Amino acid sequence: MSEAGTVTTRRDPAAVDPPEKVDLHAPGKHDPDETGHFGPYGGRFMPEALVDALDELRDSYDKARVDPDFVDEFKRLLRDYAGRPSLLTEAPRFAQHCGGAQVWLKREDLNHTGSHKINNVLGQALLTKRMGKTRVIAETGAGQHGVATATACALLDLDCVIYMGEVDTQRQALNVARMRLLGAEVVPVKTGSRTLKDAINEALRDWVTNVDTTHYLLGTAAGPHPFPTMVRNFHKVIGAEARAQMLEKAGRLPDVVTACVGGGSNAIGIFHGFIDDPEVRLVGIEPGGHGLDSGEHGATLTEGIPGMLHGAFSYLLQDEDGQTIEAYSISAGLDYPGVGPEHSWLKDTGRAEYTAVTDDEAMHAFQLLSRTEGIIPAIESAHALAGAIKLGKELGEDGVILVNLSGRGDKDMDTAAKYFGYAS
Amino acid sequence: MTGLESVFARARTEGRAALIGYLPAGYPTLEGSQELLAAMIDGGCDIVEVGVPYSDPVMDGPTVQAASDKALRAGFRLRQLFEVVERISSHGGQAVVMTYWNPVHRYGVDAFARDLAAAGGQGIITPDLIPDEAATWMKASDEHGLHRIFLVAPSSTDQRLEMTAKASSGFIYATAVMGVTGTRDKVGAGAAELVRRTREHTSLPIGVGLGVRNGEQAAEVAGFADAVIVGSAFIQAAEADGTDGVRRLAAELAEGVRSPR
Repeated sequence: MSEAGTVTTRRDPAAVDPPEKVDLHAPGKHDPDETGHFGPYGGRFMPEALVDALDELRDSYDKARVDPDFVDEFKRLLRDYAGRPSLLTEAPRFAQHCGGAQVWLKREDLNHTGSHKINNVLGQALLTKRMGKTRVIAETGAGQHGVATATACALLDLDCVIYMGEVDTQRQALNVARMRLLGAEVVPVKTGSRTLKDAINEALRDWVTNVDTTHYLLGTAAGPHPFPTMVRNFHKVIGAEARAQMLEKAGRLPDVVTACVGGGSNAIGIFHGFIDDPEVRLVGIEPGGHGLDSGEHGATLTEGIPGMLHGAFSYLLQDEDGQTIEAYSISAGLDYPGVGPEHSWLKDTGRAEYTAVTDDEAMHAFQLLSRTEGIIPAIESAHALAGAIKLGKELGEDGVILVNLSGRGDKDMDTAAKYFGYAS
Repeated sequence: MTGLESVFARARTEGRAALIGYLPAGYPTLEGSQELLAAMIDGGCDIVEVGVPYSDPVMDGPTVQAASDKALRAGFRLRQLFEVVERISSHGGQAVVMTYWNPVHRYGVDAFARDLAAAGGQGIITPDLIPDEAATWMKASDEHGLHRIFLVAPSSTDQRLEMTAKASSGFIYATAVMGVTGTRDKVGAGAAELVRRTREHTSLPIGVGLGVRNGEQAAEVAGFADAVIVGSAFIQAAEADGTDGVRRLAAELAEGVRSPR
């Protein structure tokens, strides 16, 4: 059993480690056990044919994470290419709608390609080169991860194939064009629910066939070991920066850190900046869709039952027979029936809490942030903002909330125009 | 001797490979699948591999996916699997189940093993469960006398072949190519090599699957393996000619496994 759940270490809350000095990649007590389990969650529920590739990936990553050349090159790309550190912005006019609590936004929307996804793809693309592979495949839902992957592949001269559910290619046509412009091949997936989970199935089928030349650049902190740990570590920079910025600008740590959870990569990245600060609540906001009672939602941790999907044991939306239930959300980036295994463990240990907001609550927050702060968030991130509105009312005027603004909303204008009736 | 063991012993005495045919339970309907599986046995399959239709079959190509979807849309429920297996057993057939792991986990591993054994099932082929994660299944299969049929692949290292062989019983499922299920013009050249490498670690029979579609290929595989496993081609035969098509294909393949090359 790993120590992943022991989160009692208390740091000096005023300690400001400059993020560039903190080693975010070294093995530590929040890593899973040797076989990739966070408590009972995670592991490798994968075809034998892929085990060798997973072993190779694990070994390569284990070497890279402690190799200063790799870590420095990753940091250099984050700084000189992705534009890190991302800003921390106070949102006082938005905060008036949050019970008067202070609201701070971690501006992952300002990264190159417009979301947090760039952190992970740069890390994995560098690792792909290191492994001597020449081809990258990836799945995408909203298109954020697909665009980020196509971008990294253009930068590092890797062949790139993106699997995207046919439904999503229609919802996110602009991102399809963007990926193609960047030189990626976009394959619309027509099986199953034709959304993110089926895009992952298709990518796995490609991987098992082409594993010699190909790296599967998984876009979230889910899947078989070592993906959940590796993807998390590439995103830990979000939380490390945010913690230092909060201490510098707000003069204190937040009471609550909140982030949206689909697969859970942006949330795990920001949560880890505060995981050893037990006084800071970590709250993940899941897509409640048309409401939890409607059955049309993607609230995996709130409503799911643990099971295996896409290589890991974790909370899962499934029926009595163990068939996956299709998730629904207005956000194409959150309608995933699984979730990263570390979130399942954080839920069970009580270190993090998870709750859901509906499409309507998210869209209200989407419009509100646009009109009060002049920032158009991704609909995914608008879920975290809707969570902040609720949490702020709970905390009152003395409260301080940090929201991970994981992406920008340009890609969502078609959905928003339809929702608000702006198009006519 | 278990049912599977006697099948392999008989095939060995006859100097041939065993024939294993796959079809999903509930495809195209519950009743229909029972007729197709019976036709498979009548045509000459020694063992039938009953698939559990699943929403996310990552090891399967388009043919098996479409058949699984059809079964689920027709209303297949997991508990009906045991009726299908029972029917095969009472038809004198030997059934193993092929299933992704989540349906078994959800049903309860021990309960699933108990109900499968009660229906006369011989064991489970587990495409996404590797021995490393199989502690619960090891225990339940021992308790209920079921075979654990794990997969090996061309990419498996010798160390993993040894570990997997040790954890297996009944037979070992060798995937002929790196890829998903589906018919192919050629069975991978790597298949014979994989069988050879696996034999260094086990005396269990080794079945080869992925890609076989006709008698000629069955004869080729029978030249180096103990069993020939055919799936997608049976679905295509069922789509084209129903029970007649399945019986005909089984007969052709049965002849193939008796003419090893």
